[in-house]
This record gives sequence, C-alpha cells and structure tokens, in this order.
Amino acid sequence: MSEPVISGADVVRVAALARLALRPDEVDRFTAQLADVLGHAAEVSALDTGDVVAMAHPFDLTGVMRADEPRPGVDRDEVLAQAPAAEHGRFRVPGIGVSGVS
Amino acid sequence: MTSAPTATREAAWEAVIGLEVHCELATATKLFCGCPNVFGDEPNTNVCPVCLGLPGSLPVFNRAALELAMRIGLALGAEVRDSVFARKNYFYPDMPKDYQVSQYDRPVNVGGVLKLPDGTSIGVTRAHLEEDTGKSTHVGTSGRIHGADYALIDYNRAGVPLVEIVSEPDIRSADAAKAYINELRAILVAVGASDARMEEGSLRVDANVSVRPGPDAPFGTRAEVKNLNSVRSLGRAIEFEIARQIALLESGGRVIQETRHWDDGGGRTSSMRSKEEAEDYRYFSEPDLVPIAPDASWVTAVAEALPVLPAQRRAALADKVGLAADNQVIVTLVGQDLDALVCAATDAGADPLLAANRAANELATATRAVAVGDFVRLLAMETSGALTATQAKAVLTAMGTSGGDPAAIASDRGFEALPGDALSAAVTSALAAHPGEWERYRKGEAKLGGFFVGKVMAATGGKADGKAVTALLAEHAAR
Repeated sequence: MSEPVISGADVVRVAALARLALRPDEVDRFTAQLADVLGHAAEVSALDTGDVVAMAHPFDLTGVMRADEPRPGVDRDEVLAQAPAAEHGRFRVPGIGVSGVS
Repeated sequence: MTSAPTATREAAWEAVIGLEVHCELATATKLFCGCPNVFGDEPNTNVCPVCLGLPGSLPVFNRAALELAMRIGLALGAEVRDSVFARKNYFYPDMPKDYQVSQYDRPVNVGGVLKLPDGTSIGVTRAHLEEDTGKSTHVGTSGRIHGADYALIDYNRAGVPLVEIVSEPDIRSADAAKAYINELRAILVAVGASDARMEEGSLRVDANVSVRPGPDAPFGTRAEVKNLNSVRSLGRAIEFEIARQIALLESGGRVIQETRHWDDGGGRTSSMRSKEEAEDYRYFSEPDLVPIAPDASWVTAVAEALPVLPAQRRAALADKVGLAADNQVIVTLVGQDLDALVCAATDAGADPLLAANRAANELATATRAVAVGDFVRLLAMETSGALTATQAKAVLTAMGTSGGDPAAIASDRGFEALPGDALSAAVTSALAAHPGEWERYRKGEAKLGGFFVGKVMAATGGKADGKAVTALLAEHAAR
C-alpha cells in the first residue's frame, strides 16, 4: 500500500470526538496501530462479496419484540447509593459545557 | 430592450422552514424495557438496568411502539419499511449509555405528506423511532446551561419511545409552521399515538430556518432553533429568526449554520453552539437489536384501523354547514371534537350555521359534553325567538360547564321572552327619554341605534332581542 490509510490529523480528530487527550507520542503510536487495523480491513474489503447480501445484523433474525407490559424496575435509593453523587433523588453530575443531542 | 419594473429587494426575501418534531408515544412502557412510561413521577423511580445503561443489560423492543409509529407514518401517507436501529454516539449525561438508540439510514417510515387546512402540501421526509433522553436540571449561580456548577439527572424519561417526524423544507412562513404543528398534533392525537402536549414536552419542535432572495434562489444557510415550548413560541421564534437573517444578509454579513436557543421572555434567539456535522455522531447499527420487519398483513391491518383524520372530518363538516374547510369555525369544531355534535344537531333539524357558530364559540371551552337533544332544543329556542342570541349563548355556556336542560336554565335565569307589547313600551320610553339622540338618529346618525338598543337592554334587564329593538327603531323612524 502506498497511500497512508489514516493520518495523524484523523487520529487527533477521532480522539477529540471520543473526549480523549493524546500526547504527541501517543498520536504517532495510535496512528501506526490504527493503520494496521485499517490495513486488515482493506484486505477483507478486497474479497469479492458481490454474491453476499448486506446484513444489518449477524443473526438471521428480525422483529424480536416484547408486549407493552410494565415490569418492576430497580429501587431508587439502591441505585443512587452507587452513584458518585446524588441530590434530591437525582444523579448529580459535573457542570456541562455544551448541550447534547435532540 | 424595454425597461422592466424593478423588483423591490426587501420584499423578495423568502423564508424556507423545515420542522423536526419529537413526539412521545403513548405506550405503557419504555421503548426497550418494561419501565413505566409516565409523565410527572418522582425522579428516577421508573428506571432499570436497561435504561440506566448498566453493563450486561440488553434492550428488547416494544411492539406497541412499532404499532404507534406505523399509525403515524400511515396517517401521513408514508411508506412503512423494514428498519434498523442505530447508535448515535455523543457525550452528555442525559443518556447514561453515551449513545442514543435511534434510526439512521433505514427508518421505519419514509416519505409522506401533511396537508395544511388551506390545502398547502408539506412533504414529510421520514418519521423514525428513537428513545428519549433523561431530563437534566442545571444548577448554578449563573442560571444558564453554560457555566452551570453541576447538573441533576432524572432518567425516568430516558428510553421513552419517540417518533421524530422530519418535514421537507417546504414551509414558507411562521403561520404555515404553526398550521403544520397544529395539524400534526391533531393527527397524532386522532390516531392515538401521543397526547402531543407541548407544555408537558410530549411534543417538541425544532425549526430549521433560512432565507433566500427569491423562490428560485438556492437555499440559504440555515439555523436550527430550539426550546420552542408552545405553538405561539414557534411562530415568534421563526419571525425573529427570519428578520435576524435578513438584517444580517442585507448588512453584508452571512448566516452561519448553528443551533440557536429561543428565549421566550426576551423574544430572541441566541447562539448555542456550532452545529456538529452528522458524521460526528458516528452512527452505526445497534448490535444489541435485530432489524424490525413488520409483516404486510400487520401493516395493512394498522392502515385499515386508522380513524377518520382531522382533514377528512373538516371536509365533511364544511360540506354540512356550508363553510370553507379552512374556516376558523370548522377548524375549531374539529379541533375540539365538536363536529359530531354539530352534524347530529343539523341532522335533527337545527340550523347548520347557527349550530356551528354557537358550538364553536360557546362550547369550545366546555368542560362537559352537551347532549345532542339538549343542543337542538337550545338552538330551536333561539330560532323561534324564545331566547335572544345573547341569552342563548349564556344558556349554552352554562350547559357546557354545569350541564342541564336548556329550558330549565333559561327559566332559572329569568330568560323569558319579553312579550311584544313590553318590548314596544320599552322602546317608546327610551325614545321619549332621549329626544336629542332620537332626532339625530332620525336624521341619519345610524350608530345611535346601538345607543338605543343599550338603553332598552338596560331597561329590560337584558331580555330584549337586539334585532327586534333595531327593527322597532326603524319602524318608529319611518313614521
């Protein structure tokens, strides 16, 4: 293979999305390791899969469903006791810089 | 070349609006676990290992959620397809798993159309299933999300089934956006998919707004407006955003693609964050759930069981009453489920237009159902002149709040028809008491008619029929 499959910039970006802070030497190390992983994927991609139907799931199963019937959950106090912090029956988490998805 | 009229640039701006509606489904349990789907319970009392994202727990899909999602899709004329769940990855504590299970490239409902009461068609891109997030309360001295000291999380809502209905960018005004939401809400309620209450958050709307210099120009850069808690807020926020973008562009600036927060008190939108690109969510198919593939007979059964939709009900009522289908009276009657009453009253011989107007005005906020027979009798009392219009309205309002027989209510309130000679006498004494005004009325000051009607009303304790008084005034004037 001539073209590098992943650049250091790609690794920095993916790390940022995963909220990982990498040192420069780690960026180099993971760039090389991820290139190996992607290289293997490229070898698999080289196989002729023209006759294989795309799958959304490895199991040959669809439509596994349950009835809309309530079941008991867990005790709130027991769950909150395992959290790092709780307040007024809620989980207490650090302040948030940016908001999430819709 | 002859000179063409110059177009006014200011008037040429066109707004382009698309709406994303999140609708909580009226199931008994959550999307992937048996925790109750209830609004307003004590925090974190409807949680289990699945919706708390505890290691080793596995989701199992709720059949009822699929049925309700199919009802929504079929009511919007969408195609129900085999679908696949995907993980939408993001870091935010309102989802304990660090991803939301949604649908991405294979949603359950594809395509569709929503017709506004005025006949405008708004395309529906898709209506897919996903799980709701938990509820965060931001605590801190600033009172804002940014810079809050900490947040408190309630996971009761995490995992509640949602259908996200995405419109095409076919909406062109704030009023049309409001009409779209009102119509969609009516459909969601009619098919039993959701209670669709914006104030409780079971219906949430985000608006994508852009402007362009005319209907043939390419779409401009859009901003997504969030925190719209009522249909009124939606309209105000869109109007603000359109004006903001036009002012920005006309002053040489450019619109940036971002999410903006609507501040209802301040009446303005403000920037929240730059919009993340779609690939930043790193969607991939959810390995813990298998594809959904409802068989054709189930889809057909759901389609056949759909109720008569609001648009069809408006058309039927409009036909019966003789008004246009987008007349506000018709829209109100169907919106308040009063169309059946008006149709039944009309079938029983009541004046259709009178029935429609009285029901739309006096029963729209009724707290109890009025029996068809009582409604018909009340209308007959007004038509025959036994009650004046004002009296009939008061009696009907009472019927809709405390119930009862119209004749009994009228009698309790002393609403007996004024004998003709008593009315005549009241008119004569009013004329005698105000000779100056009467002279001016006779000489053509028609608005003084209202003055005399008021005097006669006061003298008769409101029992006089305004129309009869006006007729008597005309008679006197002609003498």
